[in-house]
Amino acid sequence: MSGTGTTANPRPATAARGADVSDIAVGIDVGGTNTDAVALAAGGAVLARTKAVTTPDVIGGIRAALSRVLADLGRDRSAVSRVMLGTTHATNAIARRRDLGRVAVIRLGAPAATAFPPLLGWPADLRETILAGVLLAGGGHLVDGHPIAPLDRDAVRRFLDALHRAGDKTGARGGNAAGGNGSAGDGSGAGGVRSGADAVAVSGIFSPSFPDQEFEVEALVREHLGDLPVSLSHQIGTIGLLDRENATVLNAALHGVARDVTSALATVIAEAGIGATAYFAQNDGTLMAVEQAARFPVLTIGSGPANSIRGAAHLSGAEHAVVVDVGGTTSDFGALAGGGPRESTMPREVGGVGTNFRMPDVLSLGLGGGTVVDPGTGLLTGDSVGYRIAERALLFGGGTPTLTDAAAARGAAIAGRRLPDLDPPLREGLSRALAVAYDRIESAVERMSLGRTGLPLVVVGGAGFLVPDRVSGASEVIRPGHGDVANAVGAAIALAGGRADEICLFTERTAGVERASRTAIEKAIQAGADPARVEVVDVSEIPISYSVHATVRISVKAAGPLAP
Amino acid sequence: MVDHDPVREVTRADVAALAAGCAVFGTGGGGPVHIERLATEAALDEHGPVRLISVAGLTDDDAAIVLSGVGSPSVGVEMLGAKGQPATVVREVERLIGRPVTAVMPAEIGGSNGVSAVRWAAELGLTVLDADGMGRAFPEATMIAMNVAGLVSEFCVLADMIGNVAVLRTVDLAWLERQARAMIVASGSVTLGAHYVMTSRNAPGAVIEGTVGRALRVGRALLAADDPVAALCTALGAGLLITGKVVDVERTATDGFTRGAMTVDGVGTDRGRRLRVELQNENLVALDEGEVVASVPDLIAVVDTETGTAISTEMLRFGQRVSVLAWPCDPLWRTPRGLELAGPAAFGYHLPYVPLAGTGR
Repeated sequence: MSGTGTTANPRPATAARGADVSDIAVGIDVGGTNTDAVALAAGGAVLARTKAVTTPDVIGGIRAALSRVLADLGRDRSAVSRVMLGTTHATNAIARRRDLGRVAVIRLGAPAATAFPPLLGWPADLRETILAGVLLAGGGHLVDGHPIAPLDRDAVRRFLDALHRAGDKTGARGGNAAGGNGSAGDGSGAGGVRSGADAVAVSGIFSPSFPDQEFEVEALVREHLGDLPVSLSHQIGTIGLLDRENATVLNAALHGVARDVTSALATVIAEAGIGATAYFAQNDGTLMAVEQAARFPVLTIGSGPANSIRGAAHLSGAEHAVVVDVGGTTSDFGALAGGGPRESTMPREVGGVGTNFRMPDVLSLGLGGGTVVDPGTGLLTGDSVGYRIAERALLFGGGTPTLTDAAAARGAAIAGRRLPDLDPPLREGLSRALAVAYDRIESAVERMSLGRTGLPLVVVGGAGFLVPDRVSGASEVIRPGHGDVANAVGAAIALAGGRADEICLFTERTAGVERASRTAIEKAIQAGADPARVEVVDVSEIPISYSVHATVRISVKAAGPLAP
Repeated sequence: MVDHDPVREVTRADVAALAAGCAVFGTGGGGPVHIERLATEAALDEHGPVRLISVAGLTDDDAAIVLSGVGSPSVGVEMLGAKGQPATVVREVERLIGRPVTAVMPAEIGGSNGVSAVRWAAELGLTVLDADGMGRAFPEATMIAMNVAGLVSEFCVLADMIGNVAVLRTVDLAWLERQARAMIVASGSVTLGAHYVMTSRNAPGAVIEGTVGRALRVGRALLAADDPVAALCTALGAGLLITGKVVDVERTATDGFTRGAMTVDGVGTDRGRRLRVELQNENLVALDEGEVVASVPDLIAVVDTETGTAISTEMLRFGQRVSVLAWPCDPLWRTPRGLELAGPAAFGYHLPYVPLAGTGR
């Protein structure tokens, strides 16, 4: 919530002096309130930075932020070779149910999983907005690779033809649904079609281990429906059919949004007159090339927290640390493991839909600079004055006691202001509230440290003054310079990455790790990583309970710097 | 505030509470309830509420099949159930017993199976028998109340997601465990199974009664509470072993089972205390300074201190703020035969069983 104004910050002279300006990266992060941008020298020094207001069309804020950092760079602007964007376009489209395409959902695996139809548990309005039709077709595999059923090509063909006919009748994007009660397909092929489709989502049971049938269906779509975008689940999510399918359907629905934002970014860069290559930040803190971002827009969701964790790492120099980004309404805790964000093992919801795609492990507390304090009890109310802090908080002459006031009462220097004289009971209440906040911050730090003691706590974000200088469980509290634009810094320094998962017998895990590593490296290279410098950065093995033979789930992540 | 009214039906609005309650009775295992909750809500949307009948309410014409999803929950999140599976099982059982099946009883109330029973009954148009075979979750086929009571399972029907049906007639449940495992592997490591058929004659004393309604009431108390942990303790008749934070989680996979232990250091009034919980797929033994304070077959649940949500053994993480609750098992498990099948020794712990005070009902 820091810096809600639109002033461009002056170029930080100390960082720029002596910095290598032959190759400059610009990172842009679109948040709910601000669009931040930074220009980084090849050595990582901050050359220019700005905060612009996020505009409703999003791209306006991006244009403003980019033009300001380029203006600050002056003649060095010609050295900008890369622009990395972390954007909320996809998140907003889902949250507002706007600009979403209609998706034909094909699942391979019938009769298995038919008691759990696609889009199970989705909010009804989102389902109505997106669903063009459902086909539950024969296909899919058992965990050991044995086919559940042969791929039912005829059913897929009939379904695609019915979509084609419905498309002629109803039109696609923006067209009206052809009625129907939303019931799942009957497996006959044509029965599940409600309208024409803008995209197709294909999910096969155990496709992350056995993807061939999904590719085959993609080819059938090409044959029947031309260049309609197709999203394949094995390229998007991991084991867990419903969550992976949900992410795949959202991805398919976002193709139009992705097309718009990728072309808009290209336009903005061209307008700026720089010959930079564009990249998109994804939810695990790595980058995608533009072609990848156009195909996998759902992976841009959640890039904000990942960027802020990586930015905090860069600015502080920490490799292993707990990071907190304290804003006006929430404090988001993350963990740095080997310089990158640690990933969550829990399913995540996007717009009310469960998904299992990779996201940083983030613990969000409803605690920020604008959090309202109950003056009588000293408890935190759960409400925030948000961006109106500069008029509502006591420190700014308002009448609402907030955590910012509590920190100011304790002596924190905030915006060069001092609190008015307070009644002793109110002062006491603020003091109690700050103690509650400290306690919650300490317990969050402990949770995120997962047993490692002596990790530093890196504090970024505009309300970092809420974090005390000593936190039990943390070796030290680090407040790096430029911490309020850590998210844009994170976008500018991100690597290109890829990941692969597989379930295999414990006795065959060496071969399993090798297979998954090869796939992860291939995916990182597709995302833009330099083939000469890409490497496996994380391997995890999770034992599977109640399995008949000892079985493990292997997850491999590869990453590398962008190819020159 | 404990709600003692008998539950007579399960409606769509009840499913969230039922799932929350079943997760608590899962005592760390039993499989995740979330996806099952969504599917059960959808089934009740389509078919309407499901009626619950008590064991005392069974007539001579009633026959309840004991259904459970069996296999690995980790595979089960990918290889989800097929629509016709419960009907396939019912048809096969009816052929074997020569009379109609009228009700479904969950084999275990703990975890996903407690919730699924309602969905299966809805899809089948049958009632749910308000009882189960464990009163919690256990990992093996032998660990079931009917076996404790000496009832013989005449057969076991397995119907997999593909449509294959197998009828096993084994000499006992230990052999069933072994034979069924081989079949389950062939079917992709998860399947739907039914073994006992419960009637007005054999059910009394051989099942754990009232557990579906109890899970629902516990879930309701949990979801409605301002202080969820206190509400859980009241609803369960449970003692609070410790409130603290997880300071250590060890886990290893051996023989396809996850084994390990978790250590909680007390906070607040429990500061200075330390509790260790031995885990396999479920929470099995709680030790305070090396002394057993609770163990199987009594129930031990680890819940989030703030929300009261049950935390499965797979989801335990360092630093979580947890409360550990324990409450007495059904008296059936405290008989010599019950302890032989599901006491500490049955899980490989050479520890005496120290019963928790209380009746478990």
